[in-house]
Amino acid sequence: MDAILLQVLNGLDKGAAYALIALGLTLIFGTLGVVNFAHGALFMLGAFCAVTINKVLSLQKVVLSQTETTAWGTPLEIRTPFAQEWFGDFGLTIIDYSVPLSILLAIPFMLIVGVVMERGLIRYFYKRPHAEQILVTFGLAIVLQEIIKAFFGANPIQQNAPELLQGAIDFGAMFGDPGALVYPLWRMVYLGFSVVVILSVFAFLQFTTFGMVVRAGMADRETVGLLGIDIDRRFTIVFGIAAVVAGTAGVMYTPILPPDYHMGMEFLVLSFVVVVVGGMGSLGGAVSAGFLLGILQSFASMTEIRDLLAKVGIVGLDQIIIYLIAIVILLVRPRGLMGRKGVME
Amino acid sequence: MGDFISKVNRRTLLKGSAALGAAAFASPYFFTKSASAYVNDPSNKSSVILGFNVPQTGAYADEGADELRAYQLAVEHLNGEGDGGMMNTFKPMALKGNGVLGKKVEFTTGDTQTKSDAARASAKRMIEKDGAIMITGGSSSGVAIAVQSLCQEAGVIFMAGLTHSNDTTGKDRRRNGFRHFFNTEMTGAGLAPVLKSNYGTERKAYHLTADYTWGWSQEGSIKKYTEAMGWETVNAVRTPLGAGDFSQYITPVLNSGADVLVLNHYGKDMVNSLTQAVQFGLRDKMVNGKQFEVIVPLYSRLMAQGAGDAVKGIFGSTGWHWSLQDEGSKAFVKSFGAKYGFPPSQAAHTCYVQTLLYADAAERAGTFNPCGIVDALEGFEFDGMGNGPTLYRADDHQCFKTVLVVKGKENPSSQFDLLEVVEEVPAEKVIYDPNGDEFKGDLGACNAG
Amino acid sequence: MLTLFTKSSEKSDLLLLALFAIVVFAMPIWLAPFGAAYPDLMQRFAIFGIFATGFNILFGLTGYLSFGHAAFLGVGSYTAVWTFKLLGMNPIPAIISAVVVAGLFALVIGFISLRRSGIYFSILTLAFAQMCYNLAYSVLTPITNGETGLRVLQDDIRLFDAPTVGEGAPLISHIGGIEMQGMPGFYFCAVLLIVMVGVAMRIFRSPFGMMLKAVKTNQTRLNYTGVNTRPYTLAAFVISGMYAGLAGSLMCVIDPLAGAERMQWTASGEVVLMTILGGVGTIIGPIIGAALIKYFENIFSAFNDQTLDGIFSFLPEPLKEGVVNVTSLFVGDGWNLSLGILFVLIVVFLPGGVTEGLNRTGKFILRRFGIGRDPENEEKTSPAPGE
Repeated sequence: MDAILLQVLNGLDKGAAYALIALGLTLIFGTLGVVNFAHGALFMLGAFCAVTINKVLSLQKVVLSQTETTAWGTPLEIRTPFAQEWFGDFGLTIIDYSVPLSILLAIPFMLIVGVVMERGLIRYFYKRPHAEQILVTFGLAIVLQEIIKAFFGANPIQQNAPELLQGAIDFGAMFGDPGALVYPLWRMVYLGFSVVVILSVFAFLQFTTFGMVVRAGMADRETVGLLGIDIDRRFTIVFGIAAVVAGTAGVMYTPILPPDYHMGMEFLVLSFVVVVVGGMGSLGGAVSAGFLLGILQSFASMTEIRDLLAKVGIVGLDQIIIYLIAIVILLVRPRGLMGRKGVME
Repeated sequence: MGDFISKVNRRTLLKGSAALGAAAFASPYFFTKSASAYVNDPSNKSSVILGFNVPQTGAYADEGADELRAYQLAVEHLNGEGDGGMMNTFKPMALKGNGVLGKKVEFTTGDTQTKSDAARASAKRMIEKDGAIMITGGSSSGVAIAVQSLCQEAGVIFMAGLTHSNDTTGKDRRRNGFRHFFNTEMTGAGLAPVLKSNYGTERKAYHLTADYTWGWSQEGSIKKYTEAMGWETVNAVRTPLGAGDFSQYITPVLNSGADVLVLNHYGKDMVNSLTQAVQFGLRDKMVNGKQFEVIVPLYSRLMAQGAGDAVKGIFGSTGWHWSLQDEGSKAFVKSFGAKYGFPPSQAAHTCYVQTLLYADAAERAGTFNPCGIVDALEGFEFDGMGNGPTLYRADDHQCFKTVLVVKGKENPSSQFDLLEVVEEVPAEKVIYDPNGDEFKGDLGACNAG
Repeated sequence: MLTLFTKSSEKSDLLLLALFAIVVFAMPIWLAPFGAAYPDLMQRFAIFGIFATGFNILFGLTGYLSFGHAAFLGVGSYTAVWTFKLLGMNPIPAIISAVVVAGLFALVIGFISLRRSGIYFSILTLAFAQMCYNLAYSVLTPITNGETGLRVLQDDIRLFDAPTVGEGAPLISHIGGIEMQGMPGFYFCAVLLIVMVGVAMRIFRSPFGMMLKAVKTNQTRLNYTGVNTRPYTLAAFVISGMYAGLAGSLMCVIDPLAGAERMQWTASGEVVLMTILGGVGTIIGPIIGAALIKYFENIFSAFNDQTLDGIFSFLPEPLKEGVVNVTSLFVGDGWNLSLGILFVLIVVFLPGGVTEGLNRTGKFILRRFGIGRDPENEEKTSPAPGE
């Protein structure tokens, strides 16, 4: 029983990660009709916001030691973070909270990145064939990736969750069975964060005038334009919002997955699968597909299920489950879970 | 129309190939086997070219960059520039610090992308275009084995970089290929006694294994040695390479009754699975009345950096570490650190040593002919290159040297000081039968092209 | 001359093919100044040229964007190596079996995937290819030899080789004693490239090709007129899968090793990029695109500070250092950056790919020399980029 509960939690957590990336991607698809291969790179940029903030906060004062030397003969460097020197323990606390603090930087930064990207490059490609959108956004993704590599190297860079949120919660202990159900605190935070972001994006589109116009634009761009509404400007903002969603997801994911320059590409394919399985242009579809695939992926890797499958001669199902499910869903439901007719066909 | 096309097509082809074939035959870019006895014979040239084939893009790019630094340092030292590094401690050594056999050492570089295809393409370029006489480098076993068999066919020497799978000098061994780095078997043999003295003989182990050749090899070796000392293997689960999020594989460990988790992962997989295992509170758990432990059989300091605090107190093995206090290691760390400002990694060490060993073998053999070099390296015993007295075994071209058992340091003094050496297991403790069942292979004959 | 770089037009087909053959066979001469005239790279140009040409038959004509074409490349490679292992090192049976098996794979995958169109089709093909890759890398290791890659070994059966190939003979593919390596290997691939381009031209010009173009232009309309388009698109899919299988088998002919990473989505993406970069729907475009990407991958990645020092040695010392530092960002381990920038620049300034650029240059030169053509005709010949 607790094994199943644990895998449900895993699935929700994984699903939250997929859903968050897919949400931005499908927003861009739905509003602008652009196949954005640079969306993974936006997620990666967000993660590196966290790295940058952490690096800046823990900038160190370097004092050369008078007595000790390194193994290669230069004087040993004694390093103290400026934050600690100036603010004492409070400084250390700031460093400790660098990941949540990075959100504050990531929101304006990603908004700017998104708007610049849209205005500077993507908008020239609305009328161009999807093939060319793919080429230009893929090229852009490579460029962003290589810039990050030039600054931060290729190795993953560990980011710690704040001390307070590092441990694991023992759900078992709450129900009188300590140790039976333990789950990392930060993953719960991440799950909560995703739910909040997803709900706010929905609320924004559903309950604000701005959102209403955008939804109308998604349905019929020309008519909205004819009504004298500057739909382009709103779509630019939507692109910015999609970038912010991807970026903040990246920030919050860093304590779970130490970021490196290539992480965006690894999520890219998966998020495309999620978006398409959910149905092009459907936000609800993307979110539900994300959670569905996450949970199924978790269950397929359960020991009991693997053993069961191995008995009937099926091995390695957990490695291909996502793609298998994608194929089945697309064959059963032609436009994915909740796809709209006529989008990207 | 169709018939017409094909006819004309054929005629055009014939004409075209006749005329251009002739031109191409006459052109200097046509590659024929020349009169010399072996491929890319540098006898008539004043310099000799070595090919450094390392990952420059992809997950191992930083490791590749470190390997390249080491190679450049080795070339400097061979040409008599810099402080000489390990050339001051390497014994017995025939090198004179004037290049190799009086020829200046030059090099060409390439990107393996940690993909067999790209690595072989890059090695072929070095051989066919740049005239490289030896290929070295790499950061994964798949690539090493692929490039090694290419070098065998092309008739050049391959000096493996970082490759840890048994197969490289086991069932895929080749006469033209040599490995200085250790393998999973030696990791098992070296690590097991330390685990025994720290964690006792009654332990239940759970393996998470990267689902490819190296992972299986590592899992097999650890199982073999830990089961021999009384441990029980509860389960061994294969995880897809590059899984990223390992949570669905880690949670079953929690209630499996196991009290040790062995992570047969390397590189990014290791960083991710280790950090996540620690986040799941595994290390704070008590199972069967014992503290739960995690083991990472193969450590890389560069990658350990990515796992941050998670490595503290975790046992594993490594090929070499910069904190070693023997003369060779000190000399190498000094000249590497002075040039680049930070200490070398184990990948850098093995690459540097391999270059020096190759050059020395050429000097002793008096020729760059691969067959001469094979003869000079087989059974060669040396010292002063870190890792104590070392033997290049003739039967399988594997080096036998000290294996380091390390532990993640609790209080690192700098960002490079992440591992502490717990034990240096001497070569005779980790040596094995080259023709045992898991290792049986055929070196074949040496190929000089 | 004008039409050479654009979509094929009837009268120029033969001229184009002949000229193309000359250019291909002369590669060892004209590629020399670019440092690319060594057999391995030229072989790759030819092989990936075939791969991209085949991809273009599907994508360029029907507009169906397959994101899993590398699966067929990989299947072709594995089949070829297995043929070597079982039958012997002659490339002909290996090529034939690889093309057949890849064709069968394409038939199955195509049959299922073509039930959907647009991005849904792309994702279906992607899913199939990723499953092939994941399984080949791990679970199917007994067949594919996983991470290490499938190779021919001395103790393999090799039914027809056993008497002729002695113990310890190198395991290299050969026909009648000519080893398929170095220049003979290149000419072998080059001949096949020219033949396959010829076949592709025939397809482009044939009624079948016209039907495929009709599918791309307006499938719904075709359906309403009572034409069932599925058989046509499926045929195109299978043909293009067979091209990929051929390319995969050739990779093993010049180098008998098949690795799983040939099937990864990045490899599928690469052929898409090659085709778009060169020019979708043109005969020569995908080949140019393939050559460009392979050139960056093999030549740009090989520059290091030392070679840059050599290149810029004519500059005064301080200036040289600066120039070397800046250029080194774009070559060596930064070759990906140059490639990314190239993608962006080409697609921004040359919609329609490199062929569009060549076209414009051609027109510009012709106009300069007063050899104008009527605008109507020009309108027809300029490529309409694929969807």
